[in-house]
Amino acid sequence: MPLNSIVCIKQVPHPEHFSKISLDPVTGSIRRAGIPSVLNPLDKNAIEEALRIREKFSGKVTAITMGPPQARDVLEEAYAIGVDEGVLLCDLTLAGADSLATAYTLAKGIERVGKYDLILCGNESIDGATQQVGPQLAELLGIPHVTHVVEVHWLNEGEALVKREIEYGYLKVKVRMPAVMTVMKNINTCRLPSVLDIMGAVGKEIQSWGCCDIEGEKECVGLPGSPTRVVGIVHLESKRKREMLKGSEEEMAQMAVKRLREYGVI
Amino acid sequence: MTQQGEVWIFAEQRDGRLMSVSLELLNKGKELADQLSTRLVTVLLGDQIDDLAQQIIDYGAHKVYGLENKNLRLYQSEAYARLIAELIDEHRPELFLLGATMVGMDLAPRVAAKVKTGLTAHCSDLYLEEMEGQKKLIAAVPGWGGNFVVKIACPQATPQMATVRSGVFEKPEKKPGRKGEIVKIAAQIMIEDERVETVEMVESHPVGLKLEDAEIVVGGGWGFQSVSGFHLAEELAEALGGVTAGSRPAVDAGWIKEDRMIGSSGKTIAPKLFVSAGASGAMHFTTGFSKAKVIVAIDQNPNAPIFEAADIGLVGDLGKILPRFIQELKREKNEI
Repeated sequence: MPLNSIVCIKQVPHPEHFSKISLDPVTGSIRRAGIPSVLNPLDKNAIEEALRIREKFSGKVTAITMGPPQARDVLEEAYAIGVDEGVLLCDLTLAGADSLATAYTLAKGIERVGKYDLILCGNESIDGATQQVGPQLAELLGIPHVTHVVEVHWLNEGEALVKREIEYGYLKVKVRMPAVMTVMKNINTCRLPSVLDIMGAVGKEIQSWGCCDIEGEKECVGLPGSPTRVVGIVHLESKRKREMLKGSEEEMAQMAVKRLREYGVI
Repeated sequence: MTQQGEVWIFAEQRDGRLMSVSLELLNKGKELADQLSTRLVTVLLGDQIDDLAQQIIDYGAHKVYGLENKNLRLYQSEAYARLIAELIDEHRPELFLLGATMVGMDLAPRVAAKVKTGLTAHCSDLYLEEMEGQKKLIAAVPGWGGNFVVKIACPQATPQMATVRSGVFEKPEKKPGRKGEIVKIAAQIMIEDERVETVEMVESHPVGLKLEDAEIVVGGGWGFQSVSGFHLAEELAEALGGVTAGSRPAVDAGWIKEDRMIGSSGKTIAPKLFVSAGASGAMHFTTGFSKAKVIVAIDQNPNAPIFEAADIGLVGDLGKILPRFIQELKREKNEI
């Protein structure tokens, strides 16, 4: 029996440029113009897991993302890694979504994709890092979820025994499909697409659906569908000494050790 | 006149022990409940919970809803979320706070989606502010570059929900024998709950020093560029007699394990000395060690915001400056 999976992916700012990101002082939204974007790292592990499941059971892997038109880039990357289909949920009305509105939009998009047995997500994105979309998506689709997944042992196509991490240990969880699983980095090692794979992915068909295409209620998506609001930004005054050491590497190192000694921390 | 909704805390237990973050939330929860002139209530799920319920009262809760069933001994995502959502629908508390543990982060979003309210993840502070004549919860979360926090509110829906990491608030004082109300509820498990079932919990507390208990920590970031480069962070930690940790990008790059991650989605620590190396200083990272006594920052970019968050700053190439630093520390040690 084939096992069809859907992988939710996200385009995020490149971690090297995190400190250059600013927030719009009025709307509180992220200003990321000119900052390079990448596929969220844990989403690669989610794609990899879906491909391994396809190798085991056969079936189709669909990657879905919500974002601006340039989020096509991460779908192209997903094609290069090996997914069968890519779906972009893109509409001005979807902007400003918090985790609940995002989960709602993805749920509507996934309902339009159709039959699925498993939904995979990265456990968290490196930008928002809320870890909230996976469980909320499961709730809105009315199916169970397991987060922090590090190992999946398939009992059959309809049921898996999953190892999910907790602080200093793990839980063994039995889960019936359809379900949402959000995966951790150590679940697998991602394959690297070859140059041919990357070239082959360029120009592959990406379905782009707006709010109407997925029958999304206007009051449930984007900013109107988001119960949380950014209401302000507070600049914190640094209480640190902020002493910049001068001189050669050797002089700086000597001074640093001297200071640590004076502060009584070494 | 409508009655002010209560302040609720999720009391997470593992194997009959309360998680320390739940106790820390009781402290902050009490403060918020006093300001709202309402009661501090906890929700506890498990098997045979009388002792735990009394402990929670001892730590300052006015009331405990204890949902008992032998199948709730371990965390069951469907049953826990459904039972809590039903209790919320019945009582509509004003606030509902949970620890941002790997269980709390699984439970909170599902509950929030069930009761259709807003949830803010791993906050660095919680306080009340007047909004349109009502006191509303402000959940502060770390911003991006620079030293700022973003204030997030949930102005319309209730309960206003938030998760908080351990170490952000202090534990309250325990006063044994304190009086409070314990409401025990015999919880029912439904067939749908059994679609997902936790069958076993395996805990392995590490031998040796936990990151949270280390006095000296070296935190490495993206600037190391490779796993071999990251080795210098290990050497520095060794020379200082401390342990290593990493930023989210360093963990994602595979240079250091996830349980050594510092920051808003990792651990919050308060060591005597924290040395940040090769991290530019996004607040997601700096919030994890802002309570350290002394902070040293090393990075090649003189304008990196990390230097704003440090007591001592060294600008330079990690590959050149770290070996010097290590050498000086070793020399210093030998002279004594």
